[in-house]
Amino acid sequence: MTKAVNLPNAIRLDNRSRDLRRLVVRALDGGGRGHIGSSMSLIEILRVLYDDVLRHRPAEPKWQGRDRFILSKGHGCLALYAILADKGYFPAAELADFCTRDSFLGGHPEAGKIPGVEASTGALGHGLSIGIGVALAARIRKTDARVFVAMGDGEIDEGSVWEAAMCAGKHGLSSLTAIVDYNKMQSYGSVSEVQPLEPLGAKWRAFGFDVVEVDGHDVAALRAAFAPRRGAAKPLAVICHTVKGKGLPFAENDAAWHHKSKIKPEQVAAMYAALENG
Amino acid sequence: MRQTALDTVTELARRDPRVVFIGSDLGVGTMDKFRAEMPDRFFMEGVAEQNIVGMAAGLAMEGFIPFVNTIATFLTRRCFEQVAVDLCLHNLPVRLIANGGGVVYAPLGPTHLAIEDMAILRALPNMTVIAPSDAQEMRRAVTATLDRPGPVYIRLGKGGDPVIARDDENFAIGKAILKRAPGQIGMISTGVLTERCLRAADRLAAQGIEAGVLHCHTVKPLDIDAVRGFAQGLRLLVTVEEHVATGGLGSAVADCLLAAGGSLPPILRLALPDAFPRHYGSQDDLLEIAGLQPGPIAERIAKTITDLRP
Repeated sequence: MTKAVNLPNAIRLDNRSRDLRRLVVRALDGGGRGHIGSSMSLIEILRVLYDDVLRHRPAEPKWQGRDRFILSKGHGCLALYAILADKGYFPAAELADFCTRDSFLGGHPEAGKIPGVEASTGALGHGLSIGIGVALAARIRKTDARVFVAMGDGEIDEGSVWEAAMCAGKHGLSSLTAIVDYNKMQSYGSVSEVQPLEPLGAKWRAFGFDVVEVDGHDVAALRAAFAPRRGAAKPLAVICHTVKGKGLPFAENDAAWHHKSKIKPEQVAAMYAALENG
Repeated sequence: MRQTALDTVTELARRDPRVVFIGSDLGVGTMDKFRAEMPDRFFMEGVAEQNIVGMAAGLAMEGFIPFVNTIATFLTRRCFEQVAVDLCLHNLPVRLIANGGGVVYAPLGPTHLAIEDMAILRALPNMTVIAPSDAQEMRRAVTATLDRPGPVYIRLGKGGDPVIARDDENFAIGKAILKRAPGQIGMISTGVLTERCLRAADRLAAQGIEAGVLHCHTVKPLDIDAVRGFAQGLRLLVTVEEHVATGGLGSAVADCLLAAGGSLPPILRLALPDAFPRHYGSQDDLLEIAGLQPGPIAERIAKTITDLRP
């Protein structure tokens, strides 16, 4: 049995990681609600993808030559909104309207409303199959687009994820990267209690994937994990060991911070204060 | 009907590079020509409907037109959320070709009978629902889907169904076809039951009762103008469908007439009962039990007309 790698918390967040988290807090403050823990664990994954890996054009979101990123765990959308705003897909001021009546930034991301969002997600277990279709389209057209799909650890309880994993393995979709944000907590409590996933790396390998396990807050390790894969014959699974609520010590690893509504001003202040200290 | 549908998809794929085919685990030899001629656009992905529909969505997002084929119940019940979210919410041009609509798979029992497929798909925004009457109309329907935006569900009959489509009929999605002008009675039907309705009309005519037949091959969007015009002045409006009464064609017709306001004719809704079928046998057997063959249809209409007499 493969032992779970447990690396997180070794990394001290740098200014960029803290800035992106502040954008998340701005939206939490504006909307008075949001999936805090699920978004904070994703920040470095998305930062590395959008800073260093994806070929993309914020001014031209539908550019044909782009790589595709699908946030299958749609409830982590605040992290995606933060990086998209940071990159200029839309003004960061929009974050303050998160979840309000006429905002285009809802509690789950919608394609067609938000520039840069490839697929509407929120119902779990859909993104990997969509990503397979996108990757097959690139294969038919003989383009070199890469497709990244980020899933939550609770999300991969869904059977549809494993239907998709089998299919990606069968097709040897080396352009496809499945990312698991393995923060070890789901809504009710710890993954190990609700629905254990181990041996997780072995599962993905058995379904036909190459597997890399990294500290999901280690920017350098993520860069290496997402590097171009010339000569690869299989899809890649990157299991990112993360901390739910990363960067907010009072929220880290606490299922109560998976989602919060009626967020109070003092809680917002506490979040900003925590991010000041790194 | 199924063979015609799949042959038509192959013909479309030959002339349009956007067309791809995705099957689940279909019978040996299915789509061999497509596979041989266009292997990069042919996919047989196993018994995994959720994945197949999601994958079709991904291909459609990139500009392809996927035709997905498997058994109707599995294409509707099993992956309903993928159909709702991946196809309908994104409004993607994926075509679901559903084998065995209604009680075609009678000998296989209730797990294989699609008795509520139109109701659940009709409830989804952006979805188009089509039930052709025969192979000839199936060819026209599949061809017509090519450039239609959004998802389309095509309900197949058993195959070998009598052809009632005529060459002079202009097939257009969303446009009902008047098969027989109404007298005091009008029947509205869809799918293979339109043929049963025409035969029922012959029987009624022999008794001196004139009954018309409006064929709504497209159940969603319903041809509201045609339905309202057809219903006008009728002594009795009858809806006939191989589907439970809840949410099917009869519901769609009633919804549309209620929304129009004014006085409604009495409506007799002939449909499958609100129960999982308990018998096996053939499609014809189950239709007979449900009173949806020409004889029982005519008898129920004649009796209703008699009961309506003041």
